[in-house]
Amino acid sequence: MALLEVEGLTVEFGSVATPLTAVDDVDLSIDAGEIVGCVGESGSGKSVTALALMGLVDFPGRVRARRMVFDGRELLSLSDAERRALTGKDIAMIFQDPLASLNPCFSVAFQLTETLRMHGTPEERGSARLRRARALELLQQVEIPDPTARLAAFPHQLSGGMAQRVMIAMAIACNPRLLIADEPTTALDVTVQAQVLDLLLRLQQERGMALLLITHDLAVVAETAQRVIVMYAGEQVETGPVPEIFDTPQHPYTRALLDALPEHNLDRARLKAIPGVVPGQYDRPAGCLLSPRCDFALARCSIDRPPLDGPAGRKVRCHFALDAAGRPTHGWSEEAAAGAVADTR
Amino acid sequence: MFTFILRRAALIVPTFIGVTLLAFALIHLIPGDPVENLSGERGMDPARRARLLHEFGLDRPLPVQYADYVGQVLRGDLGTSLTTHEPVLREFLTLFPATVELAFFAMLFAVVVGLPAGIIAALKRNTVADYAVMGVSLTGYSMPIFWWALLLILFFSVQLGWTPVSGRIAVEFDVPASTGFMLIDALRAGDAGAFRSAVSHLLLPTLVLGTIPLAVIARMTRSSMLEVLREDYVRTARAKGLPRWQVVLVHALRNALIPVITVIGLQVGLLLSGAILTETIFSWPGVGNWLVHGVQSRDYPVVQGGILLIATIVISVNLFVDLLYGVINPRIRHA
Repeated sequence: MALLEVEGLTVEFGSVATPLTAVDDVDLSIDAGEIVGCVGESGSGKSVTALALMGLVDFPGRVRARRMVFDGRELLSLSDAERRALTGKDIAMIFQDPLASLNPCFSVAFQLTETLRMHGTPEERGSARLRRARALELLQQVEIPDPTARLAAFPHQLSGGMAQRVMIAMAIACNPRLLIADEPTTALDVTVQAQVLDLLLRLQQERGMALLLITHDLAVVAETAQRVIVMYAGEQVETGPVPEIFDTPQHPYTRALLDALPEHNLDRARLKAIPGVVPGQYDRPAGCLLSPRCDFALARCSIDRPPLDGPAGRKVRCHFALDAAGRPTHGWSEEAAAGAVADTR
Repeated sequence: MFTFILRRAALIVPTFIGVTLLAFALIHLIPGDPVENLSGERGMDPARRARLLHEFGLDRPLPVQYADYVGQVLRGDLGTSLTTHEPVLREFLTLFPATVELAFFAMLFAVVVGLPAGIIAALKRNTVADYAVMGVSLTGYSMPIFWWALLLILFFSVQLGWTPVSGRIAVEFDVPASTGFMLIDALRAGDAGAFRSAVSHLLLPTLVLGTIPLAVIARMTRSSMLEVLREDYVRTARAKGLPRWQVVLVHALRNALIPVITVIGLQVGLLLSGAILTETIFSWPGVGNWLVHGVQSRDYPVVQGGILLIATIVISVNLFVDLLYGVINPRIRHA
C-alpha cells in the first residue's frame, strides 16, 4: 500500500464565485522509500501541491480532495493539532530559497532543536543537552564542516549551500517518512547544486524515506526518480514511470519539455522553446489548457478539456496522445491541424 | 559594538551645539525679557531696568552671552532660575521623577495595548477587528492632545466623578518624598489611601499622553507583522508543525519588533514634548509644566537648561534603542 495516496486534490484561491484554481484535480501516490519527481514550468502548481500536502495552504486558500491518505490516515479529516503532530515529523519539507527560509533572528541551534522539542522522543523533549547533541549529530549527517561552530551561527553567516544543509538537517531531525523537496537546489550555485542533491539522495537511501522532488530540472528527475508527474497550469498532464516518460512521452507538453533540454538540441543554434506562457486566472482556455501553445492542437482541443486517461500508473491528459514515434494519434491529421492553426490566427 | 557606541557618542557633540544654540536663540527671540517680567504692571524706571539687565548679564552682545552660557554648561553649571533663585539642575531633578512616572506609564500603556492590538489587526487583516483597531488608532493619532484631555476630564472627572481633575495626589495625603515617584513613595509610606489616590490621579494623564504612541505602535506593529508573516521563514516555522501562537509570537514577532522598537524610541522624544501639554492641562508638577512657566516668565536659564536636559535624555534613549537592536537582531550585533 502506498505511503501517501491523494485523489482529486484541488486548491483554490480568491472568491468562491470566481476562484483561481492553482491545483486542479491532481492524483498522486508515493510508496515508502520511493522518489517521485514532479516537474513543470513556474506557475504550474507544483509548489501549491506541496504546500497542500503539508497542510500549509492558508485561508483564503481552499484545499479539497476526494482522498488524501497518509500512512492509513485521512489527512483532511484530522484536527489541526493532529495534523500538526504529523507536519514536521512524519512529513517534512525543504524549500527553494534556504537563506530566506531560515529565521534571521535565531541561531542554527535554536532552529534545529526547535523541531526536536516539538516532535522529538520523550527524552529529547525533556533534555536540552540531548537536543543539542542531536543537533550536532544532524549537522554532521548533512556534512557541514565545523558543526560545533555552526550551531552558534546565525543564518546571515551561512552560505546558500550551508543554509540548505541546515534546512535538510531540520527536516530529517525526526526521521520523516516523506520528505517534500520544493526545488531544493534552484537558488544555489551550480557547483553546490550537485552536492546538495547528492546529500539529499544519500539521506533518502540511508533512511528509506519517500521523497517528492519538485523541480523543473528534467535531468535531475531522469537520474533520480522512479516515477514522475508532469504538471501544467495546475493540472496533471502526464504521469508514469521515469524511463517510459522520458523515452516515449505521450503528452505534447512533456515532449516539448524534453525537446527544450540542451542535450537534445546539440545540432541546433538555438534551443527549442515552448512559445507563450502558462495561462493565468483570466486567460484559461475552455478546452485543453495547453491548446494555445500546442503544436498539434485541433479545433476539438480548444473546446473540449481532455480527461486524465490511461492504464494505472501511466496516464495522460490529451485527446491525441503521442505514439512511440512522437506523432499524435486517434484521427489527428496534418490538414486539420493546419486548418486549426489558421482558425486561431 | 564598541566602535559603534563610540561613533554614536561622537554624534552627541554637534547635537549638543545645535540644541544649545537653538534653545538660546529661540528664547531670546520671544519678545520681552526677565526684567520686564519682574517689573509687573506699574513698570520700572529705565535706570533701574538698565542696572538689573546688567546684573543678569543681559546687556552684553548675544554671541558673548551664548559663549558664556556654553562655557558655564561645560563646567557642569546650568545656572540658577531668575524667578526662584534655585539652581536649574536641582529644580529639574526634583520635578523630573513626576514626568518620568507619567511618561513611563503612558509608554507602558501604549506598548501593552498597542502591540497586541497591532498583532491582532495583522492576523485578522481586513476583518472587523482590523478595521476597528486601525480606525480607533487613526482617530487617537489625529486628535489634538489638549482637546482629548479636556474631553476626558469633562466626562470622567466632571460628569462621572471617577477621577480627580488635576494634580498628583489628593491634598489630604502627605507622602514624604524619598524617590520622587509618587506611587513608590506612597507604597513605602505604607499608605494605601495615598496609593489609591496617586493611581487615580495618574489614570487620565497616562491615557492622554499614551494615546498617540499607542496609535503609532499599533499601526507600525500591524504593517511590520503583515510583512513578516509573508516571509519564507514563517512558512518554515509552520512546516515544523509549531502551533500558530508559537509561529506568530516567537518567529514572526521577533522580526516584526525591529521597526517597532525604532518607533518606540522615537516616541520617547515625542512623549516628553507631549508631556508639556499634558502636564499643563492636568497641573502635573513635572518638568513640562515647569518649562511652560519658565517660558512665561522668560526665565532664560530654566528654559535653556530644561531643553538641554530633555534633549540629553532623548539622545540617550535613542542610543539605548540602537543598542537594543543588536540584542534583537543578530545581523546588527555581528556587523
